[in-house]
Amino acid sequence: MTFAITALVMTALVLLPLAVLVLRAASLGPQGFVAAAWTPRARAAYGVSLGAAVLAATVSAVLGLVVAWVLARIDFPGRRVLDALVDVPLALPTAVAGLVYSALYVEKGWLGHWLVPLGIQGAYSYLGIVLVLVFVSLPFAIRVVQPVIESLDRDTEEAARILGASRAQTFFRVVLPGILPAVVTGFALALARALGEYGSVVFISGNMPFKTEIAPVLIVSRLEEFAYAEATTIAVVLLAMSLTLLIVVNALQQRLARNAQ
Amino acid sequence: MSIHVRDISKSFGAFKALDRVSLDVPDGTLLALLGPSGSGKTTLLRIIAGLEHADEGVIVEDGEDITERHARQREVGFVFQHYALFRHMSVFENIAFGLRVRKVPTAEVRSRVEELLHLVRLEGLGGRKPAQLSGGQRQRVALARALAIRPKILLLDEPFGALDAKVRVELRQWLRRLHDEIGMTSVFVTHDQEEAFELADEVVVMNHGKIEQQGTPDAVFDQPATPFVMDFLGNVNVFHGRVENGRAFWHGIPIDYPDYPHAQARDARVYLRPHELEISPLSGNGQAVTGNGRASGSLPASVLRVTRNGAITRVACRPHGSDAELQVDVPTEVARGLQMDLVPGAHVAITPRKARVFLPGPEYVI
Repeated sequence: MTFAITALVMTALVLLPLAVLVLRAASLGPQGFVAAAWTPRARAAYGVSLGAAVLAATVSAVLGLVVAWVLARIDFPGRRVLDALVDVPLALPTAVAGLVYSALYVEKGWLGHWLVPLGIQGAYSYLGIVLVLVFVSLPFAIRVVQPVIESLDRDTEEAARILGASRAQTFFRVVLPGILPAVVTGFALALARALGEYGSVVFISGNMPFKTEIAPVLIVSRLEEFAYAEATTIAVVLLAMSLTLLIVVNALQQRLARNAQ
Repeated sequence: MSIHVRDISKSFGAFKALDRVSLDVPDGTLLALLGPSGSGKTTLLRIIAGLEHADEGVIVEDGEDITERHARQREVGFVFQHYALFRHMSVFENIAFGLRVRKVPTAEVRSRVEELLHLVRLEGLGGRKPAQLSGGQRQRVALARALAIRPKILLLDEPFGALDAKVRVELRQWLRRLHDEIGMTSVFVTHDQEEAFELADEVVVMNHGKIEQQGTPDAVFDQPATPFVMDFLGNVNVFHGRVENGRAFWHGIPIDYPDYPHAQARDARVYLRPHELEISPLSGNGQAVTGNGRASGSLPASVLRVTRNGAITRVACRPHGSDAELQVDVPTEVARGLQMDLVPGAHVAITPRKARVFLPGPEYVI
């Protein structure tokens, strides 16, 4: 019964829309598909999408680990406020985030004012894409790791210290192997979130073809040209790439989890 | 390696975990810190290990003040109640950990770990993960890991607390033999008096952050220094009595108490251990048939309940003219040999072989 419900929900909510997507794309035939999905501009967009998402997910995973550690282990005034703040990017319309980020990083912006003279272009650049992708994906990386850190057995750290391990040795040899599977899961969720992000990127990236145009933005511009079939082919390729990447990351996560038992 | 603890105090917020505790652990001793939870025994152990720092006082090891020394530099072995093994490492790597972080050459690590696996009787299990071991095996791995760095002292925090009863008994007998073999100064924490008495050379009874009594198991058991120790060492019958002229009276039975030679009568508490009471048939006129020991005379009582617990038969009875309940433990064989049936309602004579008297004082409040 529960299996039937699960199957029904997954089919209705995930598989059916994906099947429609693939069918629409398939209507072009193999040659038409390649011609539409593998143009130089589309290839560049896949590259920007994947590259920026992987980069942002990596940054989120590392930052998420640090923030989760601090929230789980250190008691300081304002900890609860900071803890609540973690979820804000999930609730905020991402377009707002994109607008605010670009306003901050443009030449006249609060941060851009200092950074642009140093050659750091936060707005309308690849860096800008990565920045907003970190913003939208960080909560996932934090929230997955935090409970695992909270549930860590403090005895093992004390045991390592008594046996003569330094703080760094204790962290890298004893603590990290235990939380690495969670960090990788956090990375996978952050990656999935970053790959699908559209709203914030469209406002900060400048959307320059071959440079800062991500695949979702290209899909929308194809739609605006009423080239629906082309748009779906790009979506299918993006989907296939995301799926492959997530399967690889999941396999890695499972291996690490088995090792950490 | 001897350990001397001097006037150690430690508070956690408003809770005073240790209150000016002093303790000497002679070289080569296996010492038990015994007490209920919250008595400060684990805190004391953790302070000796360097895992916790005392607010006041000093710790001296072989004449050297190590109070300020970090756990890393203390060269102590520590065994945790819940093993605290590194789950992602094999048994071999767990034991090797202390040597690896000391950059001991690989060949030496190998031979030392093999030696320890032999010592804890886990040969051939080096490749297993902790999750694939039983509780007793895990605790032996934890012990081998602690011993790998050749510590000067070995500290064990409720080392058998997480194990089931049978394994616990086996493992503590084994630990006693191991201690006799390597002769390392060891301190272990326990709330189980049987464990402390069976295993330790010296027992330290703690309560409310203070030491109530330190001594050999025999000394502590035979001469409990305080009512708390008496109570904690096992179920005991407590009665109100009177003391005067060097004698206390419990239901009219005199008990020697030379510590109070004064003529003015005072309230006292009389402690009677269930196994130090004798039971015998009551003759028709209410007089006991037998009576001997430090306390002389016996008390008529009626049996309320009889329960058999293996070799011991527990008899609950009520002294005549009293509404207090008295527990008597009789070896089952002795109970069977009595010239009467021990059944509820039967009349018996209770003869104390030994009793202890404590005057209530501010420090004796339990």
